[in-house]
Order: sequence, then C-alpha cells, then structure tokens
Amino acid sequence: MLNVGKIEEGFVLDHIKAGESLNIYNKLGLDKLDCTVAILKNVRSDKMGKKDILKVECPLEMLDLDVLGFIDHNITVNVVKAGEIVEKKRLTLPKELKNVIKCKNPRCITSIEQELPHIFVLADEKKEIYRCKYCEEKAVKKI
Amino acid sequence: MRHLMSPLDFTVEELDKIFDLAGEIEKDPKRFAHVCDGKKLATCFYEPSTRTRLSFEAAMMNLGGNVIGFSEASSSSAAKGESVSDTIRVISCYADICAMRHPKEGAPMVAASKSLIPVINAGDGGHQHPTQTLTDLLTIRSLKGRLGGYTIGLCGDLKFGRTVHSLIRALLRYDNIHFVFISPEELKIPDYIIDELNEKNASYEEVIKLDDVMGKLDILYMTRVQRERFFNEEDYIRLKNFYILTKEKMLLAKPDMIVLHPLPRVNEISVEVDDDPRAAYFKQAQYGVYVRMALIMTLLNLEA
Repeated sequence: MLNVGKIEEGFVLDHIKAGESLNIYNKLGLDKLDCTVAILKNVRSDKMGKKDILKVECPLEMLDLDVLGFIDHNITVNVVKAGEIVEKKRLTLPKELKNVIKCKNPRCITSIEQELPHIFVLADEKKEIYRCKYCEEKAVKKI
Repeated sequence: MRHLMSPLDFTVEELDKIFDLAGEIEKDPKRFAHVCDGKKLATCFYEPSTRTRLSFEAAMMNLGGNVIGFSEASSSSAAKGESVSDTIRVISCYADICAMRHPKEGAPMVAASKSLIPVINAGDGGHQHPTQTLTDLLTIRSLKGRLGGYTIGLCGDLKFGRTVHSLIRALLRYDNIHFVFISPEELKIPDYIIDELNEKNASYEEVIKLDDVMGKLDILYMTRVQRERFFNEEDYIRLKNFYILTKEKMLLAKPDMIVLHPLPRVNEISVEVDDDPRAAYFKQAQYGVYVRMALIMTLLNLEA
C-alpha cells in the first residue's frame, strides 16, 4: 500500500474516474503552478472499484475549480486548511468556460482571430449543453 | 452604446419603436434627409454582398450621411493578416457607425467588443443576419398589419440559410404563429433551432413538398439554395431545383398570402410570379432601406 502524507493547505480531489487524473491535472493548469501535487492512479475504491485521486498543496485562492464541474460533477472536492478538511465542495456546471474546450466549427472566428479566447457559455443547464459564445456551435462534452 | 448582433438584441417593444420610425420614414422621407449630416457609416464587407451593402449605403445617404468602406477582404487590411479586433479599433477613428459582414461566424461580435462605435452585424457566415430579419419583420408588419397570428412557410435551404434561422428566432417572440418548414432531407432545419422551438412550445411541422401546404400559408418565405454553402458541386446541382415557386403553385395559395424572399433569387421563384400582387419580395427590398435608416438613427441616438 502506497502512503501519501497529509497536506496542510489545498485540495484533495477524490472519486476521479480511474485514468482521468492526468487529464484533470492538465485542465486545471497544475503543470504551470509551482506547487506540490500527488497523482494517485487506480486506487482501490469500494464505491467505484478503481479511482484516481489528486492532492494539491497550494493556497486556496490559487486554483479555479470551476472547470471540474464541466469535466465530471461527481468528483468530490475536499478543501483542506491547517491539515483538516474544512469543506466538501459541491460541483456545479460553470456558466462560462474560457480556453477549456476549443470550438470545432471551421467557420468560427476563433479559427482565425489571433489570441481570441475560446469561450463557451452554458446554454442549457438541464441538458448540460454549452455553446460557443461567437458562433453558437454546440460543445463536444468529451474533453 | 448599443450594437446589433442578433435580432434578439432588441426587445419586442424596442423593435416596435424602430418599425414605427421606419413607418414614419416611409411616409415622409424628406423629413429625415439631413438627420445624419456630417456622420459616416463604414461598410466593412469581408465577403461580397452587393445588396446588403448598397442597402446600408443607400440608407445612410438617404439620411444625409456619408459612406466609407471596403467590399471584399482582398481590398482590406485583412489580406495583410490584420485581425478583426485591430481593424475595428482603427475604423472607430474614422466613422460613427459600422456595418460588418464577415465569412467567419461571430466576427462582428469580436469587433463589437473592441469598438468605440456601434457595430451592426450585416451577416456572419451561416450564423446571423439581423438586419435582414428586421427587414422581414417590417415587411410582414406593414403588409399583414401584425407580427403574430398566422401560418408562415419557410422553404428551401433551411440548414445553411442564416436569414431563416434569424427570422425564426425573432418570430418566436410573437404569439400564435404556426411554422411550416419545407425542405429536402439534406437541408433540414438544424437541431439547435428545433431545440428552441420545442423549449418555447412553438407550433411547427416539417414537410418535404411545397404543394402539400400551399393552401394553408399566410406567408411563404422562399430562400435560395446557396452554392457557396456546399462543399461539393454535385450536391448543389442535385438540390437547387427542388423547390421552385411557379404560377401553378400560386393557384393553390390563399388570395391574400404574401411571398417573401431575401434575394438574390436564382430560379426558385419563376419570373412569371413577379406580376402576381402577392409577390412582395421587391417591396421587401425597399423596406430593407427604411428599416436600416431607422436602425442607424436608433443606434446613433438621433431624432428627426
């Protein structure tokens, strides 16, 4: 059994679908942040069989977790302060996604305009549909 | 500062004001001949469109204003690789208002976000064409006396036809409209418009043959099957003659039905229909100038 120590301040992202942790690592931009991260892959889980866990040691305001709601709202977000879990965050779908997914419409202005952010807005919360802010193309959920 | 990106940017009440103003202009155009003295409209057309561009230019000139601009991307700085954001920042220094057509969807929205002057979307790819929609609404209101309570048939290319998409969204805000979508399977209305119709509990049907529904229509909106929207020539040739409005088909229609078309027409309306009093598509082009005049005045906060 592999042991990873407690963190003082940061986040523990639990119940990540097995194999998805690296994708989430990238989407959260953790590769660009100077903080300690533990990536646990294929951890045994009663509920899921196998799961991934991400432990991130960083100041709480450093990480924008909105995107997680879009990727998988079943992920459990434990907020840790002074070595204790102080909050379990419930994930919701973010109203807007900036540079998380790219517009696939070849006729969209995002395909040619330099440095234009790819922005998707939540068009239908029930059906979890996002549309490109510019051309209204439907987002493909798999990222 | 207001822009016009989609027909839904204005509330129904605001649109009524614009249409009232267009009605006043129609009655007494001379009264508005100097409203825009000293003002300039920039027509930034990244793809050719004689009709829409000239309609905008005529509208500005009728108001006493001047016009600058370009009519294709190759004659603009876009050919040198300038972004839309940069172009509009520069145009903002030259003109008081801008009408932009662009082959890329959402380009006028990008322009509006950086602009210091009002931007009007004059058509962006297959996405929106709000001033055509305002033209259509004004024509319907002027000729039918109301904007709700009728059956409207939309015929032809409903998949790529942005005029149709814009019009449907705008009409969804009025009561008691039954939509009849007449198109070949390959050019059916896209799913996101159907989603909106279902969300709003709109009454609609989709049919293949124009003949089957002619008798129940109060308005028939014809569209062109556009060559430039097809990826291959074979598909275009196979589909373009699917729906042609002829004198014979007009015999099936109500005596007070009106036929609209955003123009240009290729062959989807036979020339012999032009003399039918129900053919309203050339009047529609005239209403297009009135509504653009009213729009320019509204966005520039001008009064006669």
